[in-house]
Amino acid sequence: MKYLCLIYDDEKKLATMSKDEGDAFMGEYFAFTEGIKQSGHYLGGNALKPVGTATTIRSRAGKVSTTDGPFAETKEQLGGYYLIEARDLNDALQVAAKIPSARTGSVEVRPIEEFS
Amino acid sequence: MDPIREGEGPADAVRQAVDQVYRADSRRVLATLIRLLGDFDRAEEAMHEAFTAAVEQWQREGIPGNPRAWLVSTGRFKAIDALRRRARFDASLADIAAAYETITEPVEWDDQGVDDDRLRLIFTCCHPALTPDAQLALTLREVCGLTTEEIAHAFLTGPSTVAQRIVRAKAKIRDARIPYQVPSRTDLPGRLDVVLHVIYLVFNEGYSASSGASLTRHDLSGEAIRLGRLLVELLPEPEAMGLLALMLLHESRRTARSTSDGEIVLLDEQDRSLWNGALITEGTVLVERALSSRRFGPYALQAAIAAVHAEAQRAADTDWPQIVELYNLLVRIDPSPVIQLNRAAAVAMRDGPAAGLELIDALLATGDLDDYHLAHSARADLCRRLGRTADAKASYERALKLARQEPERRFLARRLRELTEVTE
Repeated sequence: MKYLCLIYDDEKKLATMSKDEGDAFMGEYFAFTEGIKQSGHYLGGNALKPVGTATTIRSRAGKVSTTDGPFAETKEQLGGYYLIEARDLNDALQVAAKIPSARTGSVEVRPIEEFS
Repeated sequence: MDPIREGEGPADAVRQAVDQVYRADSRRVLATLIRLLGDFDRAEEAMHEAFTAAVEQWQREGIPGNPRAWLVSTGRFKAIDALRRRARFDASLADIAAAYETITEPVEWDDQGVDDDRLRLIFTCCHPALTPDAQLALTLREVCGLTTEEIAHAFLTGPSTVAQRIVRAKAKIRDARIPYQVPSRTDLPGRLDVVLHVIYLVFNEGYSASSGASLTRHDLSGEAIRLGRLLVELLPEPEAMGLLALMLLHESRRTARSTSDGEIVLLDEQDRSLWNGALITEGTVLVERALSSRRFGPYALQAAIAAVHAEAQRAADTDWPQIVELYNLLVRIDPSPVIQLNRAAAVAMRDGPAAGLELIDALLATGDLDDYHLAHSARADLCRRLGRTADAKASYERALKLARQEPERRFLARRLRELTEVTE
């Protein structure tokens, strides 16, 4: 079964890291990604540009409105995701718990809906 | 086959036998069917159909040698039949039915396999991915076999709310694929904590209830103790034993802790001849087993404290130095303000009210316990004993403002009245 791991972290906190701290954090991510490729869980994943680059779009009664920013203001922002293949939720949660941001922010694990 | 009693037809005897198997074994049958069918709702439906079939077939063919295995097997075939009927409208169900046909059941039914299924059921109902409300409702429904109405009544909510929680929880188990398994050794401690917490919540709902609805809520404590016993039987971990011991020792004082008209009787004023000796013995043995494992945690320590109280023939005989020592250990594992407050009360009993008051005042100064009525009533009690009547009054008044349950409010009001009478 496929699960999407949505990674939420405080961008401001990440931005104030020193270069060494930032490198170490990125290093953890590279190691994590390598690890889940080895274990066969990895299907895909990306980091996202900061939330300031986000644009939200709505179409209502044929009228399109475009606004700056994400859908909701929160302390933690969606900063990236992994798409994984896991046996079940327990397996997926074990993978997600090792995502470095699980320690600094939070990770939401959502099963992928499969339309047959 | 059970002997048929005189004056009863064979039909009655069979129906009684089925009822008896239902009471004793329906949860075991359900736990196994959930594993075989991979779906809570289908398993429940299959189980009920199997019991219905039993009433009819056991009359014709006699009661089978292993009724439980017969019910599981019949339940599985009933599930296949049901899926085949519905497959005429939804072709995808035929595949599931075909998959069910290939399930091989063990020829011999060993108790280990059945126990594993019951543990799977407990851990799945208490999965941390479910909300605490859902964990409670699902455990009481599936593991204890309570009806939705009974659960709603016990938690003072509507049946539709409870039903909705259970439906949502089952949907999440299915859609997010929460596996039907006992957690791995590495996950076990954390997952066991959730299970213990659910059982403890069920117990507390029954234990701290006000007198009005006490009859049904008392049943909740009984249900929690049954769950605790089941868990210790299936998974004899020290903390599971500790929790069961804690519940038994609290339960042993039930009749002594309130008067017939529902007024609170504090521990040191209780009629100790009303304590239930059998529960105390059972609890004490469990505490000792848990402590000797050296892997005990907060439940076993709290149970040990309750056991020290239970040992004392009179309140004055209480071994307060030992209780303080146990609190010292407990504070190290769980330094929460409430535990520190309880420790302070024990220190007051060992070293006198002034020593306890100093600790409580320091705790209150942190502000963490501002809204906790028991902190203010504890302070009031120590001030009262020190003859600081004005301080005592102020703290009782504060506690009274915060207390919610009627018996507690009446108790505080009584204390406040007594103080006023002394000063006047």
